[in-house]
Amino acid sequence: MRALRIDRKVAKFAAARIMSTMAPGRGAVYGPLELVDIDPPNLPADGWQTIKPRLSGICGSDLATIDGAASRYFEPIVSFPFVPGHEIVADTEDGRRVVVVPVLHCVTRGISPVCDQCANGRINLCERTAFGHLSPGLQCGFCDDTGGGWSTRMVAHESQLVEIPDDLTDEQAVMVEPMACAVHAASWYHGQETAIIGAGTLGLLTLAAISAKRDPERNGPLVVTARYPHQKAFAKQLGATHVCDGDELPRLIRSLSGSMAMGDQLTCGFDQVIDCVGSSDSLAQALQVVAPGGDILMVGMPSTIKANLTGLWHREVALRGCYAYTRADFDTAIELVRKFDLGRLVSQLYPLADYEDAIEHAANAGRRGAVKIAFDLRQEKKR
Amino acid sequence: MPRPGFVLDVDRSTPPTLFWRGEGFSLEKLPAGRSRIIYPPEPLKGLADVDGAIRNALLNPHDSDPLPALLFPGMKLTIAFDDASLSLPKMRKPDTRQRIIEAVLDMAAEAGVDDVHLIAALGLHRRMHEYELRHVLGDRVYDAFAPRGQLYNHDAEDHDNLTIIGTTDHGEILEINKRAAESDLIVYANVNQVAMDGGWKSVVTGLASYRCLSFHHNAHTLQNTRSLMDRHKSALHHSVWRLGKVLKDHGPKIFTVETTLNTDTFPAPFDFLAKREWEWNAKDRATYLATAKSLNKMPNKAKRKIFHGIEAPYRMTSVQAGSTDAVHELTLQNVYAQQLVEVEGQTDILTMGIPFISPYNPESIMNPILVMCMGLGYLFNMYRNKPLVREGGVIIMTHPTYKEFHPVHHPSYIDFFEQVLADTTDPVVMGQKWEKQYAEDEWYRHLYRTSYAYHGVHPFYAWYWGAHGQQWAGKVIIVGGDAPTVRRLGFTPASTMTDAFEMASDVVGRNATVTHLHVPSVLVADVK
Repeated sequence: MRALRIDRKVAKFAAARIMSTMAPGRGAVYGPLELVDIDPPNLPADGWQTIKPRLSGICGSDLATIDGAASRYFEPIVSFPFVPGHEIVADTEDGRRVVVVPVLHCVTRGISPVCDQCANGRINLCERTAFGHLSPGLQCGFCDDTGGGWSTRMVAHESQLVEIPDDLTDEQAVMVEPMACAVHAASWYHGQETAIIGAGTLGLLTLAAISAKRDPERNGPLVVTARYPHQKAFAKQLGATHVCDGDELPRLIRSLSGSMAMGDQLTCGFDQVIDCVGSSDSLAQALQVVAPGGDILMVGMPSTIKANLTGLWHREVALRGCYAYTRADFDTAIELVRKFDLGRLVSQLYPLADYEDAIEHAANAGRRGAVKIAFDLRQEKKR
Repeated sequence: MPRPGFVLDVDRSTPPTLFWRGEGFSLEKLPAGRSRIIYPPEPLKGLADVDGAIRNALLNPHDSDPLPALLFPGMKLTIAFDDASLSLPKMRKPDTRQRIIEAVLDMAAEAGVDDVHLIAALGLHRRMHEYELRHVLGDRVYDAFAPRGQLYNHDAEDHDNLTIIGTTDHGEILEINKRAAESDLIVYANVNQVAMDGGWKSVVTGLASYRCLSFHHNAHTLQNTRSLMDRHKSALHHSVWRLGKVLKDHGPKIFTVETTLNTDTFPAPFDFLAKREWEWNAKDRATYLATAKSLNKMPNKAKRKIFHGIEAPYRMTSVQAGSTDAVHELTLQNVYAQQLVEVEGQTDILTMGIPFISPYNPESIMNPILVMCMGLGYLFNMYRNKPLVREGGVIIMTHPTYKEFHPVHHPSYIDFFEQVLADTTDPVVMGQKWEKQYAEDEWYRHLYRTSYAYHGVHPFYAWYWGAHGQQWAGKVIIVGGDAPTVRRLGFTPASTMTDAFEMASDVVGRNATVTHLHVPSVLVADVK
C-alpha cells in the first residue's frame, strides 16, 4: 500500500528543524517523512479490523513532528517507523463510514483490568499508552502497529470506530476528530469572560464549541484573536463577540474588563483565557490578560517554551492542559460539525503524492487563506 | 503693506504647489485650466508696544469697568488661560498669556489681592507639563504660584471641585471648576488663532466637566455646525453662548482678555513655506529640496523633534478686554482681518495638505484620528457662508497617516482606532454605542487626572469635529497614507495625486474643478 511514513532518522529530524525555521513546512522536503510502498499493518488481536481512510487531516502536532519541532517528551510514547494521520474518516470492510477515535487506550491494548482513567471514561488520560500488546503510541498515527490515516490502509479497534451519519460529507466528517478536541476544551467553559488566543483550526473549533454552550444574554464576552482576514470572518460567523489582532488583545480586554494597568500587566482581565497556539508568546499574553484567580487553558500543543510565571504565582492563576477527548466528545462533535457546517473549514485536499505541497500549505495555512488541509485517499491506487 | 489673500487660477505656467504631508511636504502639479489655489493674506503688522497695548486694554475695557476697579483686598481672583493647544506651533517667548497675566498680577498686587489662583483651562485635553507651563507663563509666574499649589491644570473629573452654575432653556447644564465658580472675578487670558476660539467657549469648555461638554460636543451638534469658524452659524457656538448666558446671569464676574496673532508662523529655515511658490528664489528652492529630502530619510521621531521644536515668530495684532460678548466681536473682526479671503463659488474637488500638528497633538504624534480631525474638522471648516467644496464633492488630503499613537498622550485613541473604528465610522452610531464606555472608563480617568493623557472620550470629540465634513463629502481620499489605516478611517488611499484625481473622477467626473487650500498659513474662505 502507499503511505507516508516517518522513520527515526536523527539527521533528517535535525535537517527538518533547521530548514523549517526558515520556512515552515520545509521539513516535508528535508525531514524524515517519505512516501513509501509498504505492507498493510497486521491485525494486532481480536476486535481489530482493517479500515481504508477516505480523508485524513493534517494537524498541528503532525506539522511539529515533520518539522522536527515536537517535544522529546513524546519519544517514549511513539514507536518508529509510524504512518502519521489521526484525523481520519474511513471505510470499514463491512461497509460503514466511520471516524476514528485515535487514542490507543487500555481496551485497544488488551489491558485488563483497565487503568483508573480509562475506567472513568477518560481515555485521553490513559496511564498505559506504552504498554499492552501494542507498541508504544499515544494515538493511531504515532504507533508502528496500527498505521495512520496518511495511507490507504490501517487497522483500528472496534472501540475506536464512530459511525458517521449519511448526511455528513467526508469533508465534514474529517473535522469531527479536531472538533472533539474542541468539545473537550469547551467542557472547561463555565460562562465567564473568555478569550481565545489563535484562530487556526483549533481556535475556531474551540470557539464554535463554546458558542454552542454560551448564553448570549447571561454569559460574558467571547473574544478571539485572529491574524488573517478569513480567520476573522470565520470567528465572527462562529460566535465571537469581539475579534481582534493578537497585539490588540491586551487593550481590548483592559477595556472590556474595566481594568487598570500596571506596566504591561492588567489589574483585572478575563476569568478564562484559552491558548490555542501553545507558544511562549501566546502563554505570555495569556498571563498578561487573565484575571487574578483565573484559568489559562492550554489547548494548542506546546513544546519547550519559556514563560515568566511570577504573575501566575502572584495572581493565583491556574494553568491547565487540555489534551484530546473522551468517546462521548465525538457524539457532541458530530452534532456541532453539522450545526456549524464545519466542512467549509477544509480548504484544500491533496493526493499523497503531493505531500510536500500539502505540508507546506498546511504549515502556512493562515497566510494562504486556508484553515484545514487534508489528504484525499479516495482515488489512491491499491486502496 | 502686507498683501491680501487671493485666488490663483492654475495654468500651464503655474509651478507645482506646496502640500504638507505630516512631518514633510511635497510639490504637486494641479490640473491646468480647472484648478485654483487659495493663498492666505500675508502676515499683518504686529503691535509695536505689546505690553503697553495690554495695559491699555485692561484700563480701558469694553462694556466693563477697568480691571483695577474690579479688584479689592480679600477677594478671590482666578486667572484662567488657554492651554497647550494654543498657539500652533508654540510662540516664541514671552508668550502672550505671560504678558497678560503679569500685567493682571501687577494690578492685583497694587489692589492688595493675595488670593490668586491660576488655572490652565484645558477642558478634556491632556494636562500641561511643567515645561509647557513655564513656556506659556514664564519662570517668574510659575515659581511664584506652582509651589504653593496656586497654579494648576483644570481637572474635569475632580467632582469634589466642580459646581453647577445653572441650566439653559435647552436643558444644558453648566458645570465648571468650583474655584473659578466661587471666585469674585475670573480673568481669562486668551490666544485667538482661529475664529472658533475664544468668547464664551473659553470658560464654558476650558473649565467645564464632561457632563457639561457633552451637551455640545456630540455628533448632532457638530453635524449642524456650519461652520466652526462662523460662530453665528455654528450649533456648537449657539450652545456655548447659551451656557455663557447662564454664566453671565448666575456665575462669577468675568473679565475677558483676548488677543489675536498674525500668521508669521515659520522662522528660517522653514520661512519659504509661507511664500508663494512662483516667488521662490534659488535659495528657497534649494532649501525646499534639502529639507524635503532630509526629512524623507529621517525617522518619524527625529522629524517630530524638529517640527515640534519650532517657535513661531508670531506678532500680536490686537488685544481687547472687558465683557466677553463685546470683546469677542472685536476679536473676530481682527481674526478675519488677517485670515479672510473672498472666494467665488464652490469646487468639485478640495485638496489640502495635512500638517504635522493639530490642536490635540502639541509635542506629540499626529495619529490617524487626528488626521481626520485636522482635515475634515479644521481645514474643511475654514469657511464662511458655504463650504469650499460642493455637497457630494471630493476631498483629497495628503498625509502619511501611519498607524502610530502616542501611548502617554493618546491611550484611548489607540482603543478607539482598534475597537470603535473597526465597528463604525458613523459619529452618531459611535456616540450611541461606544461613547459612554470610553467616557466612564476608570483607567482613562486615572490617566487623564494623574498622567498626561487626553480624556477617554476625547477621540470621539476629535471624530465629531469632522462630522460635518464627513457628511458633506462624497468621497475622501488620502494621498500617501498607510492603506489599511486610511481604510479603517473610512477613506480611500491613493499613492499619488494623479491616482487621487483619477479616483475622484468616479464621483465628480473627468473635468471636475479643483481648489487647493494653501496651508500654511491659516485662512478662512468667504465663499460667495
